[in-house]
Amino acid sequence: MDWQYFLEILFSGLTRGSIYALIALGYTMVYGIIELINFAHGEIYMLGAFTAFIVAGILGTMGFSASAILIIAAFVAIVWCTAYGYTMEKIAYKPLRGQSRLAPLISAIGMSIFLQNYVQLAQTAEFLRFPIRMPRIEFLDIFGGILRSSDFVILVTSAIIMVCLSLFIRYTKLGKAMRATAQNRKMAMLLGIDADKIISLTFIIGSGLAALGGTLIATHTMQVGFGIGFIAGMKAFTAAVLGGIGSIPGAMLGGLVLGLAESFTTGYFAGDYEDVLAFVLLVMILIFRPVGILGKAKVQKV
Amino acid sequence: MFTPKRLIRSVLISLWFMILVFPVVGIKIIKRAPQFFYERVLIIGLIAFVLAILWSWYFEVYKDRGSSNSIFSRFFKKCSAISQKVNDDKRTALKLIIILFIAFMILPVFTSMYQTTVYSLAFLYVMLALGLNIVVGIAGQLVLGYAAFYAVGAYTYALLNQYLGLGFWICLPIAGFITVVAGLLLAFPVLRLRGDYLAIVTLGFGEIVRLLLINWANFTGGNRGIANIPRPGLFGIELSPEAATIYIYYLCLFAAIITIIIVARLINSRVGLALQALREDEIASEAMGIDLRKIKLSAFALGSCWAGFAGVLFAARNSYINPTSFTFMDSAMILSMVVLGGMGSIVGVSLAALVLTLMPEYLRAFSEYRMLIFGLLMVTMMVFRPQGIIPPAKRKYYPTALQNEENN
Repeated sequence: MDWQYFLEILFSGLTRGSIYALIALGYTMVYGIIELINFAHGEIYMLGAFTAFIVAGILGTMGFSASAILIIAAFVAIVWCTAYGYTMEKIAYKPLRGQSRLAPLISAIGMSIFLQNYVQLAQTAEFLRFPIRMPRIEFLDIFGGILRSSDFVILVTSAIIMVCLSLFIRYTKLGKAMRATAQNRKMAMLLGIDADKIISLTFIIGSGLAALGGTLIATHTMQVGFGIGFIAGMKAFTAAVLGGIGSIPGAMLGGLVLGLAESFTTGYFAGDYEDVLAFVLLVMILIFRPVGILGKAKVQKV
Repeated sequence: MFTPKRLIRSVLISLWFMILVFPVVGIKIIKRAPQFFYERVLIIGLIAFVLAILWSWYFEVYKDRGSSNSIFSRFFKKCSAISQKVNDDKRTALKLIIILFIAFMILPVFTSMYQTTVYSLAFLYVMLALGLNIVVGIAGQLVLGYAAFYAVGAYTYALLNQYLGLGFWICLPIAGFITVVAGLLLAFPVLRLRGDYLAIVTLGFGEIVRLLLINWANFTGGNRGIANIPRPGLFGIELSPEAATIYIYYLCLFAAIITIIIVARLINSRVGLALQALREDEIASEAMGIDLRKIKLSAFALGSCWAGFAGVLFAARNSYINPTSFTFMDSAMILSMVVLGGMGSIVGVSLAALVLTLMPEYLRAFSEYRMLIFGLLMVTMMVFRPQGIIPPAKRKYYPTALQNEENN
């Protein structure tokens, strides 16, 4: 067995998986609170990548160092995407609360189509090259090129973010309010939690994570395009379902499992069918274990 | 209309939107050099300002008088009345259909060849939208991969013709049958899923079909697609290209009319009523003795076969197909026709399909922004009028016998 090849595939799977996990968190948190599949979430990720691309393009002409540019670009992308997420929730989802389940879903699909075409019209329909390369990290040389610096940064950043998010959800007051709202919104409101604010907060956090994912992937694959959100969103959603939608550790686990599954299948079996795998996996999980790995079965009440 | 409070609020909203869209709309990196487009940001700010003013003004004016008096609700009331009238009064409906039928029958005489092909596409979309309407509008099962069935129909004809040399008229029923099988194949595993999960699985199904068509290149031609698909025959008569175009136009027109008639008959049939019960409440309909399994399967079968027929006609009309005609955006477009027209309403959905396919042809400027506007319309429709422009008429039951007794 070729160990170097195996390790390369392992790390590329983990890298992909962490990006999927970052996006999946947004899906799962929103679903946990308002039981809505936010179709437009993938587009927020795409907007994040685009914003980072634009910021990097401007700063690149001003002679900043590469790492400074990447940090600023990620920061700006996160700020703007949280604003997008917040606005989107106010326009497309908030007026629909309390309606049938079909209405917000269709509104979300409309939002997704809108955002995709908005970026396509305002920017371009072609793939653009990301201008800044991730700077080389010295001590990674001992791995002999198996672990690239962008892989390393993605793994470390997403690990830190996930730990922080878990701590935030578990111990802070807002995190507790979020969990309470997810469990029972009416009861939470009776206890003095402003549910509207908590829902906005959920969208903001989810969008921020997606924007970070978008920036990281742009530095990794070195290209951005208006259509990247759709397929990434679908895969992240698969990850969220795989882990058990509504469950935050589930989204992280699901992302990693999906990333590894994808990279091992493409590495050892059929390379052409990379995108099919996620969809087949999604259909399989939904049919055989719709609650996912860490999810709990809900009894449907009449 | 212009109170200071409202002005300040609207200015703030427009500022918010200008900041929001600034990076994506206002800056473009062309060959590594950033270029700024301030005027585009300003235009968006202006639009946001006007909309914000109108919005708050609208709500203030009609809060007191009750929103039932506003321009919009009067317009929508009229729309609902049309639908109700067509449903209640069979003679009006018949008259309407006959007028439209004659208009479309003589249309190719007056229009150019190009227009004729555009209209035949519009009729195909009427078929597709009505087919999806059975699943989404009548049965309430959100399917996002409808273009996959369309693709199955088109590819069935193209492949059967390429490999076995079968003609259009033999392929039409075969394609219908295969699409129904595909619909059932999808329906069996998703029987247990509800609402949003169902939507995602069908979306996944649509993507799987498209990716298979692309990746299975030595069978389906991959991205290159299949060319030289023959046009349908007319009792062995050799047709000139113009005559063939008109012939296809009439085929599409008749197919659309047959679809309309069958779907209209379906709605108030036993199966149609069961489908509507399923949409309203799954558990309650099960309690009323409806076999959920059977009825969901029939929803998928009934819905998908129309996409199959439309696919065959599409392949014959274009004589060339490739996977780019069957993407998620196409599914979304058909869905938006159903949603905008009014889920479950035949009049609304057919009109929406015609208007949405023909509008980009007549308003060239509009065609670039087509999908953008569709997306926006889907959101605004859901917020302001989730039942669609012309919602389906409710079937009324007149207890005439009882009334007569009371009068006596």
